[in-house]
Amino acid sequence: MQVANKKMEVSAIENGTVIDHIPPTALFKVIEILHLDKIEDQLFFATNLRSNRIGKKALIKIVDRYCNDYDISYLALVAPTARISTIKNFEVVDKSQIEPPQEVSGFVRCANPMCITNHEKIKTRFTVSSQQGELSLKCRYCEKTTMQEQIEIINEK
Amino acid sequence: MQKSLVSIDDFSKEQIVHILGLAAEFEANPRQKILEGKVVASLFFEPSTRTRLSFESAVNQLGGRVIGFSDANATSVSKGETLHDTIKVITNYCDMIVMRHPVEGAARYASEVASVPVINAGDGANQHPTQTLLDLYSIAKTQGRIDGINIMMVGDLKYGRTVHSLLQALSHFKANFTFVSPVELQMPIEYKKFLYEKGISYYETSDIMERMSETDIIYMTRVQRERFADTMEYERVKNAYVLRRDMLNDTKDTMKILHPLPRVNEIHKDVDNSGKAYYFEQTQNGVYARQAVISHLLGLK
Repeated sequence: MQVANKKMEVSAIENGTVIDHIPPTALFKVIEILHLDKIEDQLFFATNLRSNRIGKKALIKIVDRYCNDYDISYLALVAPTARISTIKNFEVVDKSQIEPPQEVSGFVRCANPMCITNHEKIKTRFTVSSQQGELSLKCRYCEKTTMQEQIEIINEK
Repeated sequence: MQKSLVSIDDFSKEQIVHILGLAAEFEANPRQKILEGKVVASLFFEPSTRTRLSFESAVNQLGGRVIGFSDANATSVSKGETLHDTIKVITNYCDMIVMRHPVEGAARYASEVASVPVINAGDGANQHPTQTLLDLYSIAKTQGRIDGINIMMVGDLKYGRTVHSLLQALSHFKANFTFVSPVELQMPIEYKKFLYEKGISYYETSDIMERMSETDIIYMTRVQRERFADTMEYERVKNAYVLRRDMLNDTKDTMKILHPLPRVNEIHKDVDNSGKAYYFEQTQNGVYARQAVISHLLGLK
């Protein structure tokens, strides 16, 4: 992305992580997944910015914080288009797309209301597969599939 | 921890073939005292008289003892006890748990909590693997083979768990499938995709007569009124999926009709004496198939 000759809509950070190309509807889910509502570091986020790639986008900049791969893989569940950049001394030192996890435990509710995990306090478990770019999560218990657009986050991992 | 049977997928092709062989052995000699001294807990959180009695008969004929309940209202579940706690306690009282539960995934969860093998006797709309094994045994017994049979599945193919599990199991054996249903109740796309990926052919139609003369097995299921948003539509299609004796004139001599039961009106009574009806013998095969599963999971056979 050529930012040099464009006015930055969100100020640059010296060190930290930038999560770009988030679908605007997923912004607050991303914040929830990474527990950004609880951090003490500086945080910028912006939404409904112009994006050539996905129309409108949201982005998050987290100062002095680097996300681990485990957290990031879970982002793919809600924001598969997102790109993660690691910033050091105002430079992008690493830029990556997100690989979805192969298994998800906890964290996502099973979309089947008749599933045991919605009746008793049981950690959900899914195997993840991807079809035409859309993720589907098969429940270990009821064996039903939760599609990407049905993903509802529950606050535990 | 010992292996449980929760979903038909838990068994490999080899294990299925082994179970079918054991079922034949038990049919030849159903009263062997191999379960002497064993206690099987029969936990029916929702009533299912036929399945429960079939399991209990299977255990009793092998000399085992059965404890349990046939209705969760009579247990501490009605006091609000969790499934986790119920299973944690009962696992201490028995060598095996047979469980029917209205909630999907309950059996898988119980198998994780229990220290003894769990057999799923139905978890809501999800799985009922011993039904599938008795269906397979019935097919093998009546056709003399299990490979490459022509099977016609009729009725509610969308919600019917028995047809879904049977489809999964028969996919090991190169079956040719014909799906006959109203448009509203067609086989879900994920199962068609599953067959496609395994290179297995299927044919879909709404006309029950179209493939009648080639079929080896007709697997009937009930078309339920409550599955239709539009009751007019139900009235229009309901008689299209009722099997009558005069429809069987051109069928193969060896063709048999299976049904997981209970039947309501989708098979006319005049079919019962046609020589092609097999749904009552099918239930007897259920006892042998369950004896096979129980003895296999307990490591006795």
